Amino acid sequence: MTSIMGSGIRRREDPRLITGAATYTDDVKLPGMTYAAFLRSPYAHATITKVDTSAAKAAPGVVAVYTGADINPHVLPVLCAWNPPNCDLKVPPHPVLAQHKVRYVGDAVAVVIAETREAARDAIDLIDVDYDVLPAEVDPEKALQPGAPQFHDDVPGNKAFLWEVMGGDPDAAFAGAEVKVDLRIVQQRLLPTAIEARAAVASYHKGTGQLTLWCTTQNPHIHRFLYSVMLKLPEHKVRIIAPEVGGAFGSKIPAYADEAVAAWASMQLGRPVKWTEDRSENYKVTIHGRDHVEYVEMCGTKDGKITGIRGNIFAGLGAYASTAGPGIPTILHGLVYSGAYTIPNIRCTVHGAYTSAAPVDAYRGAGRPEAAFLVERLVDTFARAAGLDPVDVRRRNFIPKEAFPYTVATGVTYDSGDYEPALDKALGMADYKGFRKEQDAARKKGRYLGIGVVTYIEICGLGPSQVAGAVGFGGGLYDSAIVRVYPTGVVRVYIGASPHGQGQETTFAQVISDEFGIPVENVEIVHGDTETTPQGWGTYGSRTTAVSGSAMKVAAMRVKEKAKKLAAHLLEASEADLEWSDGAFQVKGTDRKKTFAELAVMANVAWNMPAGLEPGLEATAFFDPSNFVYPFGTHICTVEVDPETGVVDILRYIAVDDCGPQINPVIVQGQIHGGVIQGIGEALQEIAVYDADGQLLTGTMMDYAVPKASQMPHIETDHTVTPSPVNPLGIKGCGEAGTIASAACVVNAVIDALQPFGVRHIDKPLTPARVWAAIQAAKAANGGADR
Amino acid sequence: MIPTEFDYVRATSLREALDAVSGGDGVKVIAGGHSLLPMMKFRLVQPTKLVDIGGIAELRGISEHRKGARIGATTTYREVLHSQLLRERFPILAEAANVVGDAQVRNRGTIGGAVAHADPASDMPAVMLALGAEFVLRSKRGILPAAKRSVTAAEFFQGAFTTAIQEGELLTEIVLQGPPKGAGMAYLKHTAPASGYALAAVAVVLGRTRKTISHIQVATTGVGESHRFVHAAQELIGTKGEPELVARVAAHAFEGVEIQGDLHSPADHRRALATVIVRRAIERALERAR
Repeated sequence: MTSIMGSGIRRREDPRLITGAATYTDDVKLPGMTYAAFLRSPYAHATITKVDTSAAKAAPGVVAVYTGADINPHVLPVLCAWNPPNCDLKVPPHPVLAQHKVRYVGDAVAVVIAETREAARDAIDLIDVDYDVLPAEVDPEKALQPGAPQFHDDVPGNKAFLWEVMGGDPDAAFAGAEVKVDLRIVQQRLLPTAIEARAAVASYHKGTGQLTLWCTTQNPHIHRFLYSVMLKLPEHKVRIIAPEVGGAFGSKIPAYADEAVAAWASMQLGRPVKWTEDRSENYKVTIHGRDHVEYVEMCGTKDGKITGIRGNIFAGLGAYASTAGPGIPTILHGLVYSGAYTIPNIRCTVHGAYTSAAPVDAYRGAGRPEAAFLVERLVDTFARAAGLDPVDVRRRNFIPKEAFPYTVATGVTYDSGDYEPALDKALGMADYKGFRKEQDAARKKGRYLGIGVVTYIEICGLGPSQVAGAVGFGGGLYDSAIVRVYPTGVVRVYIGASPHGQGQETTFAQVISDEFGIPVENVEIVHGDTETTPQGWGTYGSRTTAVSGSAMKVAAMRVKEKAKKLAAHLLEASEADLEWSDGAFQVKGTDRKKTFAELAVMANVAWNMPAGLEPGLEATAFFDPSNFVYPFGTHICTVEVDPETGVVDILRYIAVDDCGPQINPVIVQGQIHGGVIQGIGEALQEIAVYDADGQLLTGTMMDYAVPKASQMPHIETDHTVTPSPVNPLGIKGCGEAGTIASAACVVNAVIDALQPFGVRHIDKPLTPARVWAAIQAAKAANGGADR
Repeated sequence: MIPTEFDYVRATSLREALDAVSGGDGVKVIAGGHSLLPMMKFRLVQPTKLVDIGGIAELRGISEHRKGARIGATTTYREVLHSQLLRERFPILAEAANVVGDAQVRNRGTIGGAVAHADPASDMPAVMLALGAEFVLRSKRGILPAAKRSVTAAEFFQGAFTTAIQEGELLTEIVLQGPPKGAGMAYLKHTAPASGYALAAVAVVLGRTRKTISHIQVATTGVGESHRFVHAAQELIGTKGEPELVARVAAHAFEGVEIQGDLHSPADHRRALATVIVRRAIERALERAR
């Protein structure tokens, strides 16, 4: 029988998703439902001097109106759950409804609960709030300067933290270096834009004291914990259900004020409360990503050996510290500065800043794309300064495959890697040398072609729980799974992770199908309800298959061990004489066997169990990996830039990724495609813009340019396979790889194209306006001509 | 994202629609809804009554009109895009319709709705100016001096979001006279990646006899306050449209025009962009001229 592992079967999730048969949070309808709408601050920074809700309370259909004064005595502020050590993190309170001050546009001031969504919305306009407007500052670097407005009484100078990681002696390395380069890089704010915005249906049962909260979550168990603390409910009285979740990209990891307010309102009223975020709210109040101003440097020898990298980073946390916010620009960012290279001297200093903008938290890649971007931009800049080919510099500095496991200067140990084959494969696909010739010929005709190469690594498969504790993450990072075999031999698997688009209902079923020799249709993967699923830590950080999948694999192996004991008993053979073949345990050299289905029924009826073996056929496993996993790969992009308009046209995009063995290559490709496209969006068109007063100018999809299929290039994919030794599947993650690689890849290609003008760097996104302006500026600097 | 309360009338005949739109203040006409509904959801527009003309058969469809064509006001972009008649006679319409929004917008959005809304960055106004289209306006008998009148595109478009349509009037039809002899047309657009509207776009309709340009109209959208003619293009009449002449026209195209920048393209970039695409669009129309 050929294994279903490695087979690109179609996603089992898709039929219900594409036929409208899926149930999202907003589809949940309960008797007696009420609807919440929030009044949100129109100002980025202001003192609230008056809130008058009397007219709203009197409006038709309104059930209740609550303000900060009503709720804050009863509900704790939104929790921050990542406190990196040795950085003096200050977490100012983030009340679920702003009471004295608002600190960003969208900060909720009051909530209306009404019989209909329309009545709730209408009543919002009847609430009278007076504000004394205060100055705003949305730039993280400027927010830390003397004279910046002060946002929180207990955070002097808006300084959230100062964090540093260092290895080797970077200052000595730079002092004596032959080649030194530096860049100022702005990693712009991005809006995660899941197709489904956030939503919550809270239903508190006054009789049992149980709160059920259907919500858009990537991690129901984490939300059970966080909301139970915020609402002061015992954790076992809180049930979180993630129905279908329409994408998240990190934005559905954190705890939010709105969900807690909806839950508390339901506790007051004894009626269900539904809140559905609209896109305008989503852009204003759901977390944003990135927001760094970076001063970065690289040094090395004339012949291309990189000897040091330094970064001085200003990271915006936004108005408040979101759940994982402080961990992203620190742990998930600074530890990755070695990239795929042996760089002996590294320092990353991060200045965390509170600003008057939406909170910043994990967005696809979370810290690692920022790191990969600056490392890969620096490598190109360094190569150019040394007069070397950027591909040669990368190859020269690669961690050699025989060096793994390899500990880089930031202190983390890479599990496994073999970087050259992926590079060679991508170079071959791109015909790198041929393209360079084409580029030369085109330049002679006044056309500007460019090629960008990125050899990225990432840290994912988060991660060992011991490390989670050591880096201040407020939870574990193991996962657990229950594999339950029914009497008829069909299997339900309950996992603690919470996939929302990653396809684990398919890939995990493939693993079980392969393990037990049963059809994939006989396997159901259950996730997203804390009432039925075992403790898990969620789906993010490209961890679900590596960690949750491994827990499931271990549980399945336990089930199989037990089935083997039963088979030996029933076949009156010793276990040593049995072999697993074609979905059955068979006595070697005979035709006597017991199929998996036969063993399932015999275990479940338990008529004839061997002594000491319990009835039933199921197992639970907790899997805590011994290390992170470190996927890698090479991406290559070729572009043509129209110097008259600044328009960048991507000619080819090539992605060669290594995420270890692939359970389902079609799903891996889908993950790579999605990730690459988000990175291209970041590189070319996405930016969240606030004005100086803290107003979000890109507040709708008319102005925030989420990539559209018609704007994106064809993506050519291939892969290499280097298994990870840290989990039984050998798997590394692939959910974030595309985003981590592609932004730098596209920017490197554009800067390469603009070398005749001497353009050194352009900040993302490389819109036509920015590219055109850079060319104009370079021409002016060069006296009006190409160099 | 929830509009204020309003009455809704789904008209089944032109007569019924004209009755409904003569109802005074607060009445808005809706067909595809692609411009109006977002503004209503933001409560920027709060009509008391919506008159839906999307179901009126007599307002929809494309027919031959001498050497030209008639296009009903509620004809969708998709129907424009797939009309063989329009493709043969006025290929610029398909070229422009093809870059309007996305497939969903093209399926629902109507050509009449687009021109009546007169968004300064939408595609059809520039195309209509370049084609010299005529617009048929109808009203309920007795409320205006004429119950039916026809205005040229130049008269119809009066500025950003402003047209010749009077209160109580309905745009029913767009009439196109035959294309010029030796026609060459081009629509070139630089699209804002989020909205799909034009950062700058240029429509060119020209005619050529014996290699000499005998007719040319160039109009832009997205540049300056509103859609406008590029009058400098008239200098090409009587010439062969030599590259240096076309470049000169483009260089003068926006002389004296105030161009505002925005989030996506500051004024200096937008001016450069518009200048480049005027040149390229004229060159492309010349290549296509029969």
